[in-house]
Amino acid sequence: MKPKFAMYWAASCGGCEIAVLNTHEKILDVDANFEVVFWPVAMDAKYKDVEAMEDGSILLTLFNGGIRNDENEHIARLLRQKSKILVSFGSCACEGCIPGLANLSPVGDIVQTAFNTITTDNPHEIYPQTTYDVPEGELHIPKLFSVLRPLDQVVDVDYYMPGCPPESHQIAAVIDLVIKVVKGEAQLPPKGSTIGAGDSTVCDECPRSRNVKLIKEFKRIQDIAPMDPTLCILEQGIPCNGPATRSGCNARCPQAGTQCIGCYGPAEGVMDYGARLITAFSSVIDATTPEEIEHILDGIPDPTGQVYRFNLAGSLLKASANAFKVKE
Amino acid sequence: MSDTRSNPVDKRSSPVEKKIERVGVYVCHCGSNIAGTVDVVDVAKWAGEKLKHQGVVVAREYKFMCSSLGQELIQKDIKELGLTRVVVAACSPHLHEKTFRTAAKNAGLNPYLVELASIREQVSWVHSDKTVATAKAKAVVAGAVSRVIENRPLDEIKVPINPNTLVVGGGIAGIQSALEIANAGFHVYLVEREPSIGGHMAQFDKTFPTLDCSACILTPRMVEAGTHPNITLLTWSDVVNVSGYVGNFHVTIKKKARFVNEELCTGCGICQEKCPKKVIDEVYEAGLGYRKAVYTPFAQAVPNFPVMDKENCTYFIKGTCKACEKFCPTGAIDFKQEDQLINVDVGNIVLATGYDLFDARRVSNYGYGRLPNVFTSLEFERLSNAAGPTSGNIVLRDGKTTPKNVGIIHCVGSRDKNFNNYCSVICCMQGLKFAHLVHERTGATVYNFYIDMRTAYKAYDEFYQRVLEEGTLFVRGKVAEVTNAARRESEKGKLIIQVEDTLAGKQRRIPVDMVILSSGLQPRYDAKEVGKMFGISCSTDGWFTEKHPKLDPVATMTEGIYIVGCAQGPKDIPSSVAQGAAASARVLDKILQKEVTLEPIKASVDHEKCSGCKVCNGMCPFNAIAFIEDDKVSDINPALCQGCGTCVAACPAGAISGTGFSDAQIIAQIDGLLLRNLEPA
Repeated sequence: MKPKFAMYWAASCGGCEIAVLNTHEKILDVDANFEVVFWPVAMDAKYKDVEAMEDGSILLTLFNGGIRNDENEHIARLLRQKSKILVSFGSCACEGCIPGLANLSPVGDIVQTAFNTITTDNPHEIYPQTTYDVPEGELHIPKLFSVLRPLDQVVDVDYYMPGCPPESHQIAAVIDLVIKVVKGEAQLPPKGSTIGAGDSTVCDECPRSRNVKLIKEFKRIQDIAPMDPTLCILEQGIPCNGPATRSGCNARCPQAGTQCIGCYGPAEGVMDYGARLITAFSSVIDATTPEEIEHILDGIPDPTGQVYRFNLAGSLLKASANAFKVKE
Repeated sequence: MSDTRSNPVDKRSSPVEKKIERVGVYVCHCGSNIAGTVDVVDVAKWAGEKLKHQGVVVAREYKFMCSSLGQELIQKDIKELGLTRVVVAACSPHLHEKTFRTAAKNAGLNPYLVELASIREQVSWVHSDKTVATAKAKAVVAGAVSRVIENRPLDEIKVPINPNTLVVGGGIAGIQSALEIANAGFHVYLVEREPSIGGHMAQFDKTFPTLDCSACILTPRMVEAGTHPNITLLTWSDVVNVSGYVGNFHVTIKKKARFVNEELCTGCGICQEKCPKKVIDEVYEAGLGYRKAVYTPFAQAVPNFPVMDKENCTYFIKGTCKACEKFCPTGAIDFKQEDQLINVDVGNIVLATGYDLFDARRVSNYGYGRLPNVFTSLEFERLSNAAGPTSGNIVLRDGKTTPKNVGIIHCVGSRDKNFNNYCSVICCMQGLKFAHLVHERTGATVYNFYIDMRTAYKAYDEFYQRVLEEGTLFVRGKVAEVTNAARRESEKGKLIIQVEDTLAGKQRRIPVDMVILSSGLQPRYDAKEVGKMFGISCSTDGWFTEKHPKLDPVATMTEGIYIVGCAQGPKDIPSSVAQGAAASARVLDKILQKEVTLEPIKASVDHEKCSGCKVCNGMCPFNAIAFIEDDKVSDINPALCQGCGTCVAACPAGAISGTGFSDAQIIAQIDGLLLRNLEPA
């Protein structure tokens, strides 16, 4: 009997699923070596089928998306119970990613923004309710938590695979590894490891030349023309997140001529990604007076979005456990 | 780029079995300093119970932990209970960290395995509610316990001390300091911004209370400093950069172009005599007299070489003149001279940068700058000086009229919430000295307007009595206004001083011919930048901050940097001289130790994690970071690293860590403070 495989999306965009499909023919290896038992985006399945499975009966679960509502949490706990290996897959599950930026706003504001802004036509002021009575009975929709949490703030996680989304060649390498493990040809890394990524930073893979940095002005990429194609992007005054971001993507963005936005998350051993980055940016500005410092830093109009774009929910400043009711 | 670094497996964390440390916690009462606000018995008991699972094997409280009995208590426990970590909950580490670390060392424990939890400065002294303070003390202790477990044993580093000393500022405090060190046989670089040493004291006529001639007692010291074989005098020079640390400072000094070759100049003064350009002397003569474009500020200047004022020299402005060059008998004038950068290495630095006089224009109701016969204290010093612009004749601004009535206003700019809150110390005695001089030289009626009379020093009050007996009139009250708007016939053509006489209990208008403002002292306009350059801080008033206001008044928080004279705060000449000498004793102490012990706090780069982004490369104030081109990584030279932590914070990859301040230590301390590491209930 083939080992069982599952993949789930919680609060995410679906890009992670596409990245898996982007492994092209490698996906056939998954099918050849695993029995896919649960993968909502690819096949029909019911939660109750998963609930009926034996504990620990799924060998490998790739879980993408953060925990935004009680449905996400329920499935996270369920899959943890049923899986031998639970992989926190992609930036949302690992550190909250873009959905995690909503942690800056109260839930009421988020709903208000989504259902009643200038771009949303909602003349009857209809807002989603968690329960609704219909002739057939009571309907439930998931309840939003006050914050989004990365997977490991809710359940125990075996491995982390960063990226928004993870690079397909990295996914293929991980699939290969797991197949080898199944065949007894390789060993699993220690629990808690980050897989499918490097242990250094994007700069390590970036071919651009670097000098001692002294920045007089932070600019946006459209304000530089032409950009030097071989010189460090940060040195050209564009806040590039590469220096603090985990390697593994082959420095895709800098190689394509744009700044790293940090989707691979903090480098090995970095406790708080945003704090690292903002101290690094502050360190390279070339100023002597407080006014000058202010002026240069004004060139980063949204510091939180710049340095915590992917990592806010997973940062050291993560929401306190008291900020929401944890269902036990 | 190759794929080699992006292997699919990477260790996120390697859970290593932690050895349980044996921690001793010692809570100090500090008499009632701590015990008055914190329930120290409860804190010790709590630590023994709630932090037991972390390794706390003993928790005691004691009246004075820093006493020899207190220290012995810790030493005994280290030996008998086999403690591997010690937390002393007492005062700030600034006070007794060294005491307890040395005690631990003597008991065989590495001194860096001892942590101080500050429950005095950070708890008992800042709280009044005992319940709250006790709870906070527990949190601070819990933080220290969590942290100390992460501490690693470190070895102290010893480096030799450079025996040379830099003294910045050639006023009386700096001169005194330089002479003491030079006389002890060690070399001193004495740097002065102006063309001559001497400072403010060289501008005074008489000194209070003895009425010694200021120049007569100062100039021998100036000459001694100028000719001393152990003193290199660098006047017309500025310190532009300082790096390094105690024992090994590297200093760059800019020697401004004098346009006079010091090797050839004999100081004969012919150039000054022949120079056709007269300039108002704003510095030495306080704007009351003239100097030439090439000049020495005063006759007894040390060194005696003139400087050329490029802004005002006709040759530099129009390209012709060169009168000085034509008449110079030794060919010493050199119009092509350029600023020179001189690098010196020194072991210690004494800052004697002095003060600026409070700008009396700021008190607009006293009319200085608007009413011609209102003078500042420095102007009066020049006016009464025999070598000054009026040859010592005390006259009005017209240069000839002797005043019949003179008002002297104390506390100008001082003890005033609109200007400076502090007392400038010298103004009362200065005002009394002025009263005496006016009386003696002109026979005028003198009024002194004071808030409080402060004559607290040896022979000072006796001088006050003397001035009283001479017939000076004293009015106790803060002057509201000095005006020339006469209300009566008798006030016409006079300056009228409007004041509330608080002793007589009435408003008075006193017409006088001359008003002297006894202006206060304030920090140098550039004290903040100078402090930054030398790595020391300024108080809110702007004076340099001493290490301890009572017990360490000339040292600073930066080891090897000392502050003397008015740079540290307003003071008179005897105190400045005493401080100059005191700092020298501290410097000689350091020099004679021959080596200095440095904290083994150093940063290092994990080459595996470093991606060579070069963010840190420009950061190091000690130039300790180099980039290894072959490996494409940055590296720190431990001999140069001073452990400031700048690069540790800057490294975006978290590849740099600092001993003594590792992430593990800091996070553990935060967890401890937040009481996350308590014994599970």
